[in-house]
Amino acid sequence: MITRKDFEAIARWIAPGATVLDLGCGDGSLLKFLAEARRATGYGIENDDAGVLACIGNGVNVIQSNLESGLKEVEDQAFDYVILSQTLQAMKRTEAIVDEMLRVGKEAIVTFPNFGYWKHRVQILAGRMPVSSNLPYQWYDTPNVHMCTVADFDAFCAGKRLTVLSRLVMNGEREAAILPNLTGTLALYRLGR
Amino acid sequence: MLATPQLARFTEPLPLACGTLLRDYELAYETYGTLNAARSNAILVCHALNASHHVAGEYAEAPGNTGWWDNMVGPGKPVDTDRFFVIGVNNLGSCFGSSGPASRNPATGRVWGAEFPLVTVEDWVDSHARLLDRLGIDRLHAVMGGSLGGMQALTWAIRYPQRVAHALVIAAAPNLSAQNIAFNEVARQAIMTDPAFHGGNFAAHATKPRDGLTVARMIGHITYISDDQMEAKFGRGLREGLKFSFDREFEIESYLRYQGEKFSEYYDANTYLRVTKALDYYDPARATGGDLARALAPATARFLIVSFTTDWRFSPARSREIVKALLAGKKPVTYAEIDAPHGHDAFLLDHPQYHGVVRAFLAGAAAAGHA
Repeated sequence: MITRKDFEAIARWIAPGATVLDLGCGDGSLLKFLAEARRATGYGIENDDAGVLACIGNGVNVIQSNLESGLKEVEDQAFDYVILSQTLQAMKRTEAIVDEMLRVGKEAIVTFPNFGYWKHRVQILAGRMPVSSNLPYQWYDTPNVHMCTVADFDAFCAGKRLTVLSRLVMNGEREAAILPNLTGTLALYRLGR
Repeated sequence: MLATPQLARFTEPLPLACGTLLRDYELAYETYGTLNAARSNAILVCHALNASHHVAGEYAEAPGNTGWWDNMVGPGKPVDTDRFFVIGVNNLGSCFGSSGPASRNPATGRVWGAEFPLVTVEDWVDSHARLLDRLGIDRLHAVMGGSLGGMQALTWAIRYPQRVAHALVIAAAPNLSAQNIAFNEVARQAIMTDPAFHGGNFAAHATKPRDGLTVARMIGHITYISDDQMEAKFGRGLREGLKFSFDREFEIESYLRYQGEKFSEYYDANTYLRVTKALDYYDPARATGGDLARALAPATARFLIVSFTTDWRFSPARSREIVKALLAGKKPVTYAEIDAPHGHDAFLLDHPQYHGVVRAFLAGAAAAGHA
């Protein structure tokens, strides 16, 4: 799901030596990558037992916690960047987590699968919920509860008066520069207040 | 694995928090594994209320007497003695080998009894540091412990930062809550109101406050187990049906009394009073006006904080206070919240995720060269 290209795209936005909090960090591979590529330091937050164990094995500082209950252990503006990589769509309280990210971080980096990708639209026109390599789950067995398109997220940011500092929509290895909401599979945003 | 208890005698006076100088004292300890040539693979294991320096292995002359953390420490175990040199030390004031109220005061030749000073977690850590000096260990690869042992590990990281590379703080808390202190006080009152207590000098009267100590242990034991676990294990089970008496009728009554009576046979009442008091006094943030992050500022160790979901004695929220303070100081910390049904006692039990986390933390630390 998450490729090295995605990591590289995120790494380009991270200033060298920055402090990073990675929400839903899985096995910690993004943090490990950012430590090597950008000398970034920081912590991951992960709720899953196997993820926590893998992070420790990867030498990544990890805090076992459920993101839905917020980031109570983290002080205001404690990190340069707070990353939520391909997890936004699985959050029950979408607004709350974005608010928390910009409370504890100076900037927020959010990535999510673009529901507006043309192949998804075709499947819906054919009358079925989309299933693809980017959205590999059946509708009845998916962690994703809040799917959105690039256009939806733009509107969300505008409505919340968030500043979109950078936006990159990708299709596999390449940037989806033309009609990104139609041709892109993954959206990456760098947000500020 | 065979264990051999050893005794180290110290004649340089130890200044205690209460103001007393402890002039002459002994520490009982055991070691497992081999100290490497660089003397860099030592792990100190700190014990909780009723444990001792006998952390792992068995005694040649008493094969059934297995160490209290034998599932954690040993060859191939999470704290791997094929790789690490592990030290277990008995705390001052205990009754299992180190100087304490039940041992003789070298100055008078009599049993210390009530005269033995009140010792604190900081005093214990200071005395451990002297043992490490004696063993020629400047810097620990890790210090670890559960419950009160975790508090010692945290204190080690604050008090001797240059001597600790990793600190594992398991099922602990940054201090005791009012409820925790309340349970301790009830336990102490049970002991001190026992007519056989004799103001702590029961040894001189050739007796001991068994009943008080039994009740104290019963109270403590309730706080070590989760409500669900107690329900699952005993429920409302009766031994022989209702007898309209005050005898042991419910299984839980029988269990608690058995545990309490067993404990009262081998544990010293004066030790119980002192250990619960050391718990009550424990509060590293007292020196920094309640600011735990500031109290932890000197620490340079990498931390592993572990809590257990059903622990209501030192709940996950208490461990999260430690995590929060470490995060505020940008200290390297990993926090694992283990989903275990057993309550506080879970830290002593074999649990795959818990043991996996400890194993990975110690192994990864060694692999990444965080020495």
